[in-house]
Amino acid sequence: MKHSIRALMGACAVSALATAALAETTITVATVNNGDMIRMQSMMEDFYAQHPDIKVEWVTLEENVLRQRVTQDVATNGGQFDVMTIGNYEVPIWGARGWLMPLTDLPADYKVDDLLPSIRSALSVDGSLYALPFYGESAMVMYRTDLAEQAGVSLPDQPTWAQIKEAAAKMTDKDAGIYGICLRGKPGWGENMAFISAMANSYGARWFDMSWEPEFDSAPWQAAFKDYLDLMTNYGPPGASSNGFNENLSLFQQGKCGMWIDATVAAGFVTDPEESSVAENVGYAVFPNKDGVDNHGNWLWSWNLGIPKSTDAPEAAEAFVTWATGPHYTQLVAEKQGWRAAPPGTRKSLYENATYLAEAPFATLTKETMDAATPEKPSVQDVPYVGAQFVSIPEFQGIGTAVGQQFSAALAGQMDADTALKNAQMLTQREMTKAGYIK
Amino acid sequence: MARAATTQRKAIVTVAAWIVGIAIFFPILWIVILSFKSEGDAIRTPLEVLRAQWTLESYTTVQERSNYLRHFWNSVVLSVGSTLIGLIIAVPAAWAMAFVPGKRTKDVLMWMLSTKMLPPVGVLVPIYLIFRDLGLLDSRVGLVIVLTLINLPIIIWMLYTYFREIPGEILEAARMDGATLRDEILYVLTPMAVPGIASTLLLNIILAWNEAFWTLNLTAAKAAPLTAFIASYSSPEGLFYAKLSAASTMAIAPILIMGWFSQKQLVRGLTFGAVK
Amino acid sequence: MATQHSRAAARLMISPAVLLLLGWMIVPLSMTLYFSFLRYNLLMPGMEEFTGWTNYRFFLTDPAFFAALTNTLLLVGGVLLITVIGGTLLALLLDQPFWGQGIVRIMVIAPFFVMPTVSALVWKNMFMNPVNGLFGHAAHWLGLEPYDFLSQAPLMSIIGIVSWQWLPFATLILLTALQSLDQEQLEAAEMDGAGAVQRFGYIMLPHLARAITVVILIQTIFLLSIFAEILVTTNGGPGTASTNLTYLIYMQSLLQFDVGGGSAGGVIAIILANIVAIFLMRMIGKNLDA
Repeated sequence: MKHSIRALMGACAVSALATAALAETTITVATVNNGDMIRMQSMMEDFYAQHPDIKVEWVTLEENVLRQRVTQDVATNGGQFDVMTIGNYEVPIWGARGWLMPLTDLPADYKVDDLLPSIRSALSVDGSLYALPFYGESAMVMYRTDLAEQAGVSLPDQPTWAQIKEAAAKMTDKDAGIYGICLRGKPGWGENMAFISAMANSYGARWFDMSWEPEFDSAPWQAAFKDYLDLMTNYGPPGASSNGFNENLSLFQQGKCGMWIDATVAAGFVTDPEESSVAENVGYAVFPNKDGVDNHGNWLWSWNLGIPKSTDAPEAAEAFVTWATGPHYTQLVAEKQGWRAAPPGTRKSLYENATYLAEAPFATLTKETMDAATPEKPSVQDVPYVGAQFVSIPEFQGIGTAVGQQFSAALAGQMDADTALKNAQMLTQREMTKAGYIK
Repeated sequence: MARAATTQRKAIVTVAAWIVGIAIFFPILWIVILSFKSEGDAIRTPLEVLRAQWTLESYTTVQERSNYLRHFWNSVVLSVGSTLIGLIIAVPAAWAMAFVPGKRTKDVLMWMLSTKMLPPVGVLVPIYLIFRDLGLLDSRVGLVIVLTLINLPIIIWMLYTYFREIPGEILEAARMDGATLRDEILYVLTPMAVPGIASTLLLNIILAWNEAFWTLNLTAAKAAPLTAFIASYSSPEGLFYAKLSAASTMAIAPILIMGWFSQKQLVRGLTFGAVK
Repeated sequence: MATQHSRAAARLMISPAVLLLLGWMIVPLSMTLYFSFLRYNLLMPGMEEFTGWTNYRFFLTDPAFFAALTNTLLLVGGVLLITVIGGTLLALLLDQPFWGQGIVRIMVIAPFFVMPTVSALVWKNMFMNPVNGLFGHAAHWLGLEPYDFLSQAPLMSIIGIVSWQWLPFATLILLTALQSLDQEQLEAAEMDGAGAVQRFGYIMLPHLARAITVVILIQTIFLLSIFAEILVTTNGGPGTASTNLTYLIYMQSLLQFDVGGGSAGGVIAIILANIVAIFLMRMIGKNLDA
């Protein structure tokens, strides 16, 4: 008897919960486990205060896994996610396929014209936006001013690769656990290939010639890749072939790297005194170039929030997306964690804000490098594609990752540079033939 | 001259066994220790780690960031649910195979096991499409079905090996006394088979709890079990050892504790017919 | 002995299990088979067309295919070797009387309960990481250059991690088998002057044969589709140094979204798995009937 009463009460409780749940819309947000997104999850109180009828479920994943999950879902129209965190690589491709909701009627207080033009155009297809930028970045050199001083090197504002190498050699002190330079080595088109492609750009190399033949056998690629290996084997940390952005960030914060060339967004984290042991001693310089090549890598990336067509709660999803990328959110982060932590690289107004410029010494350089990036012409040579540190074709994910595997193997010492480049050339040719680019 | 071990010999064996045992257990012990340290301390050298202040801050952070209880509850529902359904299907099948073996019984059994060798990645896209059409994506029902099916061969195999050890004469006798099939199963077989069923149950709960391919790929938020919870701590943002350790401890603790408490039952049954 | 009636009943009792597994096998399998003859990339919808054997040709001529095949065999073989030998030794040790048997046994079983993802993450970060991992610290302490396990010896490292997870399983089964060994037989052999090695070789090992076969069978089933450990630690790299067949198919169908190519790979993997299965079944069948 007692049992049945309890069961009855349980049933009542369940149905009560069910009715309560009906009144609110739940949206599932897939996101990458980068610092800014984790920070966003701690700001949710503000969102709930504005939208008490919306409940947000987070699915936080590592970058490679996130890509696989959201691509699979959006391409099969699976409908598991209502908001997806995607890069400026995916947005135009998916937008053109009709997989994303166009974001045309944005509220006035969203101030859509405040978005940086380069980012806005990267996220638009035929003039309509298909995702809203959460933060944007280019790439630059971050280095330890204290170590540089100790080693007696001074890095110019626009260093060449030769100067980088010299500085790396001088700053390296392996006995003390300090490595002159930290660069990405973890395979993945968005990991090591993002960096190596940008480095190749700055050597005058390109991914494909005008008839879509890969160019890994060209002299600039050879030079760029060999210098990369040379830098990393002599002055890099052990285990570099499994270091991506996050791993390097953590190494730099622990004070193990002399220099780190990576996304500008990292600056906000390496200067965070709570997380970083070197916050006081970080200097910045433009992404290096090879002597005589007028190209600073052309890195342009943004993480954006897009709404897949398959969502069953488009209004709630849009409310969330505009909240997370709107001017109000920037204010909120600034109030709670200081201006230095505000999501960078998406809005003009941020770079006109005197407080931000004063608190974030990396701000001006970030803006300049982002403005200077030219995705339409990533290399000094002519190219058949659009893209910066990636190539904007659907096949690139697969190709970039497979090439990244080869390069990472060379970095790990499993093969030499020539073999890796030869393999890269061969497998890219194979895939491009299979996909029908090379006739 | 019997094998009554001398004290000296026992002492040596004790030392050796403890060293090996601690070595095997050490990784688990280490993450438990790290989970109670601060992020900054967790990456120091081992001696410094041990000397550092104990703290609960990683647990608080993990709890703030993820809904541990829901993931935990999903894991419980998925592993227990799929195991129970699996047992309901497997008990009759294993019973029939063990007591009414035909010419093909062995082949059928082997074929069942061989379905477990299919690489799941090879069929993920088809399953994903089917699940989408049936509306089973990110639902516990869908995952229970999948987990039941992938563990069914193991359940049948284990039960089959236990049932075979039950002497057939007992059943004969029961049948003579006019017992129906139902009676046979309920009153004769079941009591004898309970230890075997118990250990099958335990092993399959463990297998289902730890299954990380289907549970990760077919869920998003609502049905995501602890494997998905762990996946969100898998790559660092800044320092992450302590948070990862705390999340790992929370993910494995329930099953570890269950395993330890029931280890007698589990071990007794964990022979797969290896012992005759 | 069995009557017609009980045969029919038996068939009825087996059929739900058989039908379910048949469905579980046939439905996705036929879809996979169908996809494998299509040009089907998730990123390019609307371009599906029949391409004959193209996907198979590309998959089989992929240089990574051969590497993946070798790695799969090495991975399965390596783990089996370590767990069977290690498990036997451990079982022999734990079979002796000693103080604290219960606690030691609990410690030895523990890895079996740990999720593959967790154990891969823990080994990768807390132990094998050359900068902050325990092995790195140990190397520093000994004055050595830290060894980067996952990039210098990726497959060996993964074999190590997986062996750690499966060692308890092998140990437990072998220990149970040892405990069922007739003590009198051993004592008699000892009386006759058989040394420890001889006793092990002539009495214990034949007795353990059946248990060892079971360990091999069950573990092979799980080891053929090792995936999480590779995904978490090395992503199949560097290069293809730790890519097994399962991971190669994953890369094809879920990183390149080439469902056609991935399905062709899946079909090939299924055929190979079945060859292994037949081989194993022969071996097991012989041993289990005895």
